Amino acid sequence: MATNAAATTHASNDILVVDDIVKSFNTADGSLTAVDHVSLSVKQGEFMAVIGPSGCGKSTLFNVIGGLVDGYEGNVTVGGERVNGPHPSIGMVFQEESTFPWRTVTDNVAFPLEIAGMDKAQRYERARHFIALVGLDGFENRYPAELSGGMRQRVAIARTLASEPKILLMDEPFGALDEQTRLLLGDKVLQIQHQLKQTCLLITHNITEAVQLADRVLVMTYRPGKVKRIVDINLPRPRSSEIVSSEAFGRYVAQIWSDLREEASRGMRDEEQQRAGAHS
Amino acid sequence: MNAAATTRKFSEQRFLPFTLGFGALVAFFVAVEVLIRIGVISRYIVPLPTQIFAAFERVIVEEEILSRFRVTFVEAAIAGGMISVVGISLGILLYRFDLLRRATETWVAAMASAPTVLMYPLFLVIFGRSMWTIIMMGFVAGLPAVILKTLEGLSGTRRVLINVGRSFNLTPSQQFTKILLPAALPTIFVGLRLGLIFMLINIVGVEFLINFGGLGQLINDLAERYDLPGTYATIFFVVLVSVCFFIFTEKVERWLRPGT
Ligand SMILES: Nc1ncnc2c1ncn2[C@@H]1O[C@H](COP(=O)(O)OP(=O)(O)OP(=O)(O)O)[C@@H](O)[C@H]1O
Ligand SMILES: [Mg+2]
Repeated sequence: MATNAAATTHASNDILVVDDIVKSFNTADGSLTAVDHVSLSVKQGEFMAVIGPSGCGKSTLFNVIGGLVDGYEGNVTVGGERVNGPHPSIGMVFQEESTFPWRTVTDNVAFPLEIAGMDKAQRYERARHFIALVGLDGFENRYPAELSGGMRQRVAIARTLASEPKILLMDEPFGALDEQTRLLLGDKVLQIQHQLKQTCLLITHNITEAVQLADRVLVMTYRPGKVKRIVDINLPRPRSSEIVSSEAFGRYVAQIWSDLREEASRGMRDEEQQRAGAHS
Repeated sequence: MNAAATTRKFSEQRFLPFTLGFGALVAFFVAVEVLIRIGVISRYIVPLPTQIFAAFERVIVEEEILSRFRVTFVEAAIAGGMISVVGISLGILLYRFDLLRRATETWVAAMASAPTVLMYPLFLVIFGRSMWTIIMMGFVAGLPAVILKTLEGLSGTRRVLINVGRSFNLTPSQQFTKILLPAALPTIFVGLRLGLIFMLINIVGVEFLINFGGLGQLINDLAERYDLPGTYATIFFVVLVSVCFFIFTEKVERWLRPGT
């Protein structure tokens, strides 16, 4: 893999470096800055969470890192190589439901392998491995319409894992699920991350989820989305969802909530004002 | 769930709607029969259902309806094939080239609602009094629906599915065959079914108008002889053509896109 020598100012074990990203959109009422000078770096094997109130630019950041949008300022580098379009080392799990309804679970999970040209028997075997990893054995021949929302999201995760990305980038993968399912799927993700030594960047608006999973949590401000603070989570690993009831866990949650509350209430005020403006 | 249980469940699921639909049809015929017999409906306008059934043997033996059925069926199959190939291709073309789409979408939609059957003299001049006039009239009638629905299906593909493809670095042609086309397929098939309906109406209508070819011509003949039971019996065969095409499209759709 070619490396770009110019972008190696960061420590060599930073596999993902996001450097001073600014992304604006042209909207009906002028330019809107969604992501404002955001920088972060993720080390090999690290689990980082990005948290922020709704509408703060998290998905925009996700799309920038994933190479799905252009027209932004700043740089994203993976292993020192500048991201210019979707990077093969990055696997994305999307916020919206993204399984292919016309493919069975196996064919969904085997999709990236099919694209890579792997023969059928081999890719089905690989797919079965990842299906088991997310705990969906027995559902190989089901279609997404026959699965619950949480199961579909696990199919999407398995599909991305099957492409064996160096970096797993997830945008609120459990956003639409209830709290219990979310905690249990969090355990699943931790197990997988532990097993595969996967580097993860998780985008979320859920504090519990961020603290439960991450080594570091980056708190974003409400629009325009800036980095407010980065919190190190020094909880022992391997973790399970039981940790949620520990005292240390509670302290981290409280700390992040106090940062986030300011931003979230700013966001709500902003929206109320906008509504009031629209009505007058 | 084992295979036998699955098939049993399927046949049960199909049995009830089928009986219900068939029962409703029988009830309808019985009602018409009664209404005619008590004089509410004039028997000079609508023949007795029992007479229509009696006429089946006659149209089959004397009017060679089976070979006429074949003529109409072949015309419809050729026109239907052309509609599918040309309509889907043009829909894809309009999707790919936005300028083309914005330039033509409105008048394709206008064409969809135009009574193209009235253009038959023009087609007569071009293709003569031949099968091709009939096929081309059917083709023109069915085409716009397929173009529009193909376009609609492709542009309606959910953004996130396209992004999944991009995140896996699909080539444009993989993006098209693996994501856009299967995602659009249900909508394309709605277009195909609509197109086939318009096509069949036009085919039989033109056969009737130019008194040439298959079932439409026979209807023309029988109507002129004022053989109403025969006319209605023939109409039944027209319905049969359309049923064949419906079953066929449904099978193809299931095969191309399982899971829905
Ligand atoms: N394509 C776009 N065009 C214009 N504005 C956009 C576009 N995409 C996002 N925005 C705006 O950018 C801001 C950030 O959006 P984004 O989707 O990144 O938020 P988010 O943090 O992911 O929110 P949520 O938690 O609700 O998913 C929002 O104000 C949104 O309206
Ligand atoms: Mg989002």
